[in-house]
Amino acid sequence: MEYFLQQLINGVTLGSIYGLIAIGYTMVYGIIGMINFAHGDIFMVGAFIALIFIIALGFTAGTSFILLVLALMLVLVIAMVLTSIWGWTVERLAYRPLRESFRLAPLITAIGMSIVLQNLVQILQGARVKPLQPIITGGYVIMEKDGFVVNLSNIQILIVVTTVILMAVFSLIIARTELGRAQRACEQDRVMAALVGVNVDRTISLTFVIGAALAAVAGLMYLLYYGVIDFYIGFVAGIKAFTAAVLGGIGSLPGAMLGGMTIGLIETFWSAYFTVEYKDVAAFSILAIVLIFLPSGLLGKPEVEKV
Amino acid sequence: MPRLLDALKDAGIAGLIALGLAIPIWSHLTVQKPGGLVLEQRWWLVAIAVATVFAGRLVLNLFWWPRRGAAAGLGRQVARIAAPLAGAEKWLGPALIGLAILMPFLPFSNRYIMDLAILVLTYVMLGWGLNVVVGLAGLLDLGYVAFYAVGAYSYALIATTFGLSFWVCLPLAGLFAATWGVILGFPVLRLRGDYLAIVTLAFGEIIRIILINWYDLTNGPDGITGIPRPSFFGLEFKRFGDNTFAGFFGLEYSPIQRIIFLYYVILVLALITNIVTVRLRRLPVGRAWEALREDEIACRSLGINTTSTKLTAFAIGAMFGGFAGSFFATRQGFISPESFTFIESAIILAIVVLGGMGSQIGIAIAAVVMIGGFELFRELELYRMLIFGLAMVGIMVWKPRGLVSSRAPTIAIGKRKAISSDLVGEGHG
Repeated sequence: MEYFLQQLINGVTLGSIYGLIAIGYTMVYGIIGMINFAHGDIFMVGAFIALIFIIALGFTAGTSFILLVLALMLVLVIAMVLTSIWGWTVERLAYRPLRESFRLAPLITAIGMSIVLQNLVQILQGARVKPLQPIITGGYVIMEKDGFVVNLSNIQILIVVTTVILMAVFSLIIARTELGRAQRACEQDRVMAALVGVNVDRTISLTFVIGAALAAVAGLMYLLYYGVIDFYIGFVAGIKAFTAAVLGGIGSLPGAMLGGMTIGLIETFWSAYFTVEYKDVAAFSILAIVLIFLPSGLLGKPEVEKV
Repeated sequence: MPRLLDALKDAGIAGLIALGLAIPIWSHLTVQKPGGLVLEQRWWLVAIAVATVFAGRLVLNLFWWPRRGAAAGLGRQVARIAAPLAGAEKWLGPALIGLAILMPFLPFSNRYIMDLAILVLTYVMLGWGLNVVVGLAGLLDLGYVAFYAVGAYSYALIATTFGLSFWVCLPLAGLFAATWGVILGFPVLRLRGDYLAIVTLAFGEIIRIILINWYDLTNGPDGITGIPRPSFFGLEFKRFGDNTFAGFFGLEYSPIQRIIFLYYVILVLALITNIVTVRLRRLPVGRAWEALREDEIACRSLGINTTSTKLTAFAIGAMFGGFAGSFFATRQGFISPESFTFIESAIILAIVVLGGMGSQIGIAIAAVVMIGGFELFRELELYRMLIFGLAMVGIMVWKPRGLVSSRAPTIAIGKRKAISSDLVGEGHG
């Protein structure tokens, strides 16, 4: 029971990170119907930007609480802004010229961009893993029984709370603001949206910007949680986040979050109770099973096949 | 000078964006020191990057784009749709095959060139194999490397365990790969498009993870060594021994003989792939593939069994992947899961799409360009993957339908004309 509870906490934390990345996939897929394969690497770039600013600001676990909060907020905002530029640029260079082309074309450029981003970061920052001293330490003991301690660390609280807040904010943006309306309009019919005065190019660009900003948040959280990153983290995290997006029902924001949680929990429990080596197999098998029996995902709208 | 001002403004914005991209990943290098990571500043790199973007954008604005605007028009679009059957394709194919057959005896060919040619032909074969699935049947497969791996491992395991020769194992490996193609095909029958892509990708990763972790069978990450080499009708390519190739034909022994032999093996395998594909296109099953690609619902209402059509596409594509895999294993003499990562699938798919799906010759050209070009940058070990990625994006933006962007219709009333690939539903499903 204690062990289960501990794994549940770990799984929810991991799931939050996946969920944040998954939102980027789900929004882009919803609006232009393509797998933004480079999104996982945007997440990696975000983690690197955050790492460099954390070192530049020079704060550690010893910094006073207020200062630490301020510095983290600053790093978060900077990372979101700078990563957004990467997301925007990728869309502008690799996807926009192929907007009206056939479906495989943007997928190929997306894979190409993923290769470019990985190797660019590898060239610029080296192939070695980058470790970071833990910054947010401490936590609470929830339960203690027979020598087994269930821990809820501060960083886990931070990750889950940040995710929940961001989810709420972005759900509001999609539901209430003009940008959200434009996005939903483009999702339904791009030509018609353009006819009624929606700037389609700008809306799509902003979608990429939002996705990249959320990926940057995920990058910072990943960095703080695991304390080590390299240029390759984007690939596996990206595939799992996409799995999460599909699992939750692609195009649906709460679905992405739910899917992320599910994948995070499955992975954690599988590693805890079965084998660590096959945890990715478990995640991918779940993806295949869900797609076969529930093709529109947990919360997605069923696709109507038109003749 | 409003044009100059506009160009300057635009280039300035581009430069600012480049600056935004350059900070901090370009400007600060994280270095591992005892006591943690420290930063090293290198603003000169940022300056170069920003200046390049600014200057490049300015030149494009002033000299390139104004001229190009006039040329692009409706005329080009129409010409593309009604182009006559490309004359080039008629003689280019036989010419390339002739060149490939004569290749080992050309004056410039040496061991390095032959090794490269073998590599290129392996990718040509893989491209043609994947083309059956993606180009003809329109099923987007991102996990093709799984079948390549199945072929390589089945040959390696059968040959090292039972001591069977390459020529016995080759069909077996193809059979195994085809079986796996069907096993994968069954569950994903209902999926289309990107969902299919992501499930096949997941399948490829699952196979790789199993290869890494199933230590008893595959020897895990260490891979399998000592895979036997193929023989020429029982004659081996060795310096000493009873049954050597050189001894039988009374030749001076030279290691290049084995390379040339391997070259012809892969050439024949690739040509078989090509011939089988071209012939299949004219058989009912090939037509069913293409019909399925264009419209699945129409297919079903015409009484085509979509299940078996899809499964045969998967099986045949996988079989060719399996052949290529066993060739890879016998050529290397060593295989490990390292060789079967997702990036291989991406490269093969890129070759198929960049070459122009459905166009056999386009795929061959794309394989030569991509793999040969990749080799050209061997000196720049660190940069060549970056250049490869940039080339993928660049070619795709420049020619979204691939290098050969016209298609020969399978059947036509009257004179056969090449049609624009925009009219074909490739890659939709």
